[in-house]
Amino acid sequence: MRFEGTSAYIATDDLMVAVNAATLLRRPLLVKGEPGTGKTVLAEEIAKAFDAPLITWNIKSTTKAQQGLYEYDAVARLRDGQLGEERVHDIRNYIRKGKLWEAFTSPKLPVLLIDEIDKADIEFPNDLLQELDRMAFHVYETDETISARERPIVVITSNNEKELPDAFLRRCFFHYIKFPDRDTMAAIVEVHFPGIQKTLVSRAMDIFYDVREVPGLKKKPSTSELIDWLKLLLAEDMPLEVLQNRDVGKAIPPLHGALLKNEQDVMLFEKLAFMARRQG
Amino acid sequence: MFFGFLDELRAAGIPASLKEHLMLLEALDREVIDRSPEQFYYLSRAIYVKDEGLLDRFDQVFNKVFKGILTDYGQNPVEVPADWLKAVAEKFLTPEEMEAIKSLGSWDEIMETLKKRLEEQQKRHEGGSKWVGTGGTSPFGNSGYNPEGVRIGGESKHKRALKVWEKREFANLDNTKELGTRNIKIALRRLRKFAREGAADELDIPGTIDGTARQGWLDIRMRPERRNAVKLLLFLDVGGSMDPFIKLCEELFSAATSEFKNLEFFYFHNCPYEGVWKDNKRRWSERTPMWDILHKYGHDYKVVFVGDASMSAYEISHPGGSVEHFNEESGAVWMQRLTHVYPAAVWLNPVPEAHWGYTQSVKLIKQLMNDRMYPLTLSGLDDAMRELTRKH
Repeated sequence: MRFEGTSAYIATDDLMVAVNAATLLRRPLLVKGEPGTGKTVLAEEIAKAFDAPLITWNIKSTTKAQQGLYEYDAVARLRDGQLGEERVHDIRNYIRKGKLWEAFTSPKLPVLLIDEIDKADIEFPNDLLQELDRMAFHVYETDETISARERPIVVITSNNEKELPDAFLRRCFFHYIKFPDRDTMAAIVEVHFPGIQKTLVSRAMDIFYDVREVPGLKKKPSTSELIDWLKLLLAEDMPLEVLQNRDVGKAIPPLHGALLKNEQDVMLFEKLAFMARRQG
Repeated sequence: MFFGFLDELRAAGIPASLKEHLMLLEALDREVIDRSPEQFYYLSRAIYVKDEGLLDRFDQVFNKVFKGILTDYGQNPVEVPADWLKAVAEKFLTPEEMEAIKSLGSWDEIMETLKKRLEEQQKRHEGGSKWVGTGGTSPFGNSGYNPEGVRIGGESKHKRALKVWEKREFANLDNTKELGTRNIKIALRRLRKFAREGAADELDIPGTIDGTARQGWLDIRMRPERRNAVKLLLFLDVGGSMDPFIKLCEELFSAATSEFKNLEFFYFHNCPYEGVWKDNKRRWSERTPMWDILHKYGHDYKVVFVGDASMSAYEISHPGGSVEHFNEESGAVWMQRLTHVYPAAVWLNPVPEAHWGYTQSVKLIKQLMNDRMYPLTLSGLDDAMRELTRKH
């Protein structure tokens, strides 16, 4: 079982090593990187490559570690008890399985994606330490232990909003998705738009990397923005001349809304363009 | 195996432990990678480095430890056969130029001209498209070869010419921060006082049992979740002597804003007087009178001053002592008012504690705060939070 990227996902050598190490040793793989560099997509592609079901657990600021294991719905049981329902006698009817439970008992080896773990409370990763280490947990209500038949492949993504505790990090493989260089980016574009005009891509990438170089941008455009922008350029049937011989300093790129997501950034660009024109 | 590597990593401040080391050995045992240096580099990096800020340091350590052990055998650029060069020369020089060089007859001349030509070509092709020989047209493959001293090819694209870890691609991510916000947050957590406020979304079991017993039917009671209800007023010194500590204060500030819901912050310069401000750009136009603050925020607010307390002693003790404006009442009077209204107050000082004794104003402020001045370090922060929870 080796991950070598898929037809829809370009994996660099170092990423392949990290993924393969994590899948072989069955330790969680922690993926960080600029937003829009394909962290979440990676888990989907791993699942696709191994033909495994993908179980996604999206973390929010209110998510508790316990919710990933199971939840006991006491209120529903109380109500049922009052109505004299038959199912009230079995506590199992009121235990809702969480994503970890689902992954541990999945009939086929799954890929479990814990998406944006940094969104949760600062203690959240610590609360999951034991469960991810032993791949087992105890259900107090029924006094049974749920343990994984086979350790699932776990991918965890983080946007660095909160730092993660050391004890948690020690148990993971780590990969930082570096912003793709031109060659990798060209390969990624080719995967998304097979047979796209080479000159268009080359011009668009010139502008794109120039935009990223502009100092003081609040949000640098990333891979997903470039893909969106190209999609727009193709949809609008933008003539090549518009992109040709352009200097980012001189004017804002066409359809810049796809690249710049912040009004301050657009303003910064207008200011730069104005100054360049005045000098020129 | 690799114990030296582990030691070097730890010496460089990368928090690698035996756990990671065993993980590496296990991975090697299970043959996760084939046996190439690059793969080993990638694998050990995925295991030992858990913070992108440390990637650059890892690259340096890796280079130091494995330099000389990894040979370049079989990977060095080999001297290029003469007929290959001739082929290139034909490709890039016009027949007339070839004639001219031939008449000169010197090998060096040919090389020189070829080099110039290739340089020109690179300039013309600005914009990143690769030149000589990529795409397989030239006999020696990807850009560049190295026939004794004349390096044609500029930046080598060949992976092995410059090892991956020697590129140090992550250099700009190294932040060498000593105090992470996580540690600050953990210290601030001491300042927690839970209270139930807001929407009722939790089952109150004792309440429900009690209600059911009283009513005779099932009476479900809900209650709000427990939340941190500590109220905090933060006063931050800005400008002048505080400039070296901006980063530290920013970290403290970002940790505090995410940790406390009821947090108000104000800025002052050197010593708090009759007015403070919330936006440093409009510090002259939009000031908040200190009296308003004293009246608006109740006694249960806890007050934290952050400042170096380094100024001339007059700025504290005398009316009109402020360096920026004429203050009717001395800083000491305002400090006394503040500590009187808010019994739970501390002063955090980013200046190392050992230096406090040398400045008269630090002693004065410390005295005004009843000795409740703490250094802005993790342990100092810890003590300060303990002090704040002690008083009510």
